Amino acid sequence: MKEVVSFTERLAGLGSQRGSVGRGHIRVDGVTISFGSGRKTHQAVMETNLDIRPGEFVCILGPSGCGKSTLLSSIAGYVRPSTGEVLVDDAPVRGPGPERGMVFQQYSLFPWKTIAENIVFGPKVAGRPKAECAAIAATFLEMVGLTKFANAYPAELSGGMQQRVGIARALANSPSVLLMDEPFGALDAQTRLMMQESLLEIWSAFGITVVFVTHDVDEAIFLADRIVIMSASPGSVIADLKVTLPRPRSSELATSEAFMGLKRACHEAIRAESLRAFAQQSQ
Amino acid sequence: MQDALKPQVAYAGPTLVAVPPAPGETPRGGGRPPVVEDREGPPSVGVVVAQAMAGWFQTRAYGLVVGCIGLAIGLGLWQLMSANKVNFFINFANVPLPGAVFAAFTDHVMDREFYIHIEVSVLRIAAGFCIAAVLGVLLGTVMGRSRFGAALIAPYIEILRPIPAVAWIPLAILMWPTDEASIVFITFLGALFPVVINTMHGVEQAPEVLVRAAKSLGASPLQIFAQVIFPAALPNIVTGLAVGMGVSWFSLLAGEIISGQYGIGYFTWNAYSLVNYPDIIVGMLVTGLLGTVSTSLVRLLAQPLLKWQRKAR
Ligand SMILES: Nc1ncnc2c1ncn2[C@@H]1O[C@H](COP(=O)(O)OP(=O)(O)O)[C@@H](O)[C@H]1O
Ligand SMILES: [Mg+2]
Repeated sequence: MKEVVSFTERLAGLGSQRGSVGRGHIRVDGVTISFGSGRKTHQAVMETNLDIRPGEFVCILGPSGCGKSTLLSSIAGYVRPSTGEVLVDDAPVRGPGPERGMVFQQYSLFPWKTIAENIVFGPKVAGRPKAECAAIAATFLEMVGLTKFANAYPAELSGGMQQRVGIARALANSPSVLLMDEPFGALDAQTRLMMQESLLEIWSAFGITVVFVTHDVDEAIFLADRIVIMSASPGSVIADLKVTLPRPRSSELATSEAFMGLKRACHEAIRAESLRAFAQQSQ
Repeated sequence: MQDALKPQVAYAGPTLVAVPPAPGETPRGGGRPPVVEDREGPPSVGVVVAQAMAGWFQTRAYGLVVGCIGLAIGLGLWQLMSANKVNFFINFANVPLPGAVFAAFTDHVMDREFYIHIEVSVLRIAAGFCIAAVLGVLLGTVMGRSRFGAALIAPYIEILRPIPAVAWIPLAILMWPTDEASIVFITFLGALFPVVINTMHGVEQAPEVLVRAAKSLGASPLQIFAQVIFPAALPNIVTGLAVGMGVSWFSLLAGEIISGQYGIGYFTWNAYSLVNYPDIIVGMLVTGLLGTVSTSLVRLLAQPLLKWQRKAR
């Protein structure tokens, strides 16, 4: 643990961690998001409320097409809610901003920039001095174990490595919130497990709020403090489960009794909802 | 780059948060596995020859040799037809022999005036092409990023694009104060459309996820253009510039044939008027050469900006 502290201290020394502790409070307030207009209006997210504490790790779980990405996009500021409001640290979200880092499912690194250039994109557009950018690049390359690839281009890296760079790039901007949209969805099972463990380590070192979208029940339980289950048409929250499994967590956890119990609870919530939807459709 | 391609060693840095590479996770393009020949006894002669041939087909020299053989056959046919004054539907009676063309060419290589023709043409290309490149990239970007811009500009592009350079000549002469200006204008028009169209496609194809990523990292609209949309469109822009360069040469030739006292197009047409047939072919071949060289130059200058693409295999 001592080394984690020294690492965080080093970040603070760089001036890149501006005390994210206590920041990163997200409030989703009666948000409805519809696409299209007139008779073709389609409601992707319906009357959703969420209150996410600073430093909390929340997973949004649900089948594909239920509006998880849309809800996350409204927090990121890519889409405006039709009604309701999203507040981050009491400030209404009006568009994307550097205090809300985003990690996408895949292919979101800038292919024409080297790994180091990708990582310092945020600090550089913010006008940080060159020397500081170089120091930030070195620190975050080290954090994700890709120092050797500083001058490589994204296409030369495997999917898992690219995703680590994606996380480093978001964190190098010292956001108070990290938004992740199925970031490990395209990875093989083995790599995904490694990525989940390292994400938890990084999260505990940074202490920032994480909103993590997934359709994988095991992934949600393994990572989260709290699981928000969404259902489709229109997308809305059907369950909000607390995950009290001890931390730090490792992959052995997946066979524990407590893990199984949570899994059952998740599946039950999803099943009850599917049955309801099915009954509705066949009327 | 060598460094990056080496397989990654286990991480041994000072921090706990360091993430070791996942088992089986290797960088892409990191060295091919060695080809293991699993064969009993010495390889047969046939196999060795076949392998040598397969290797040879891949080389540059192969392309060069076959290309030269093809050219030699063409030259031989030309010599044969012209020497025998073949007149069967196509008339070779007035086509000068390759030797005569070569002699005319070596004469001109010594001649200062010939270089003035080339210089004048090259300057016209440079002016017309540069204006087209700047304006074309601007218009293409506006069309690719803004629906209003696209709707406003598209009709002009659609109507004007199919009009050949020659058809512009009368109007160009009427509109522009000097012959020089009208020739440069026609050259400019030739290069403009390929640049606009290709830039527009490139800009449209800039992945939205990258634009979003840049926004979430705090980039301003100008920074997003310069660091995301422009580089994403660059491969297409370069293609547009290379095509535009070719088109601007044949627009230039059309312009120079109609008016002017210098230029490689004027040289070619003047040779016809003076019944100096070898010079016609000299003019044509030099035009072809200049066109090819300038197009390659465009691609060559863009190379360093596109080096990230070559890694994406
Ligand atoms: N930009 C958009 N325009 C129209 N419909 C959209 C748009 N984005 C998402 N949708 C629709 O909203 C619903 C939810 O999509 P999404 O949030 O991507 O689901 P998830 O991430 O849970 O798979 C889907 O039915 C999808 O078709
Ligand atoms: Mg999604």
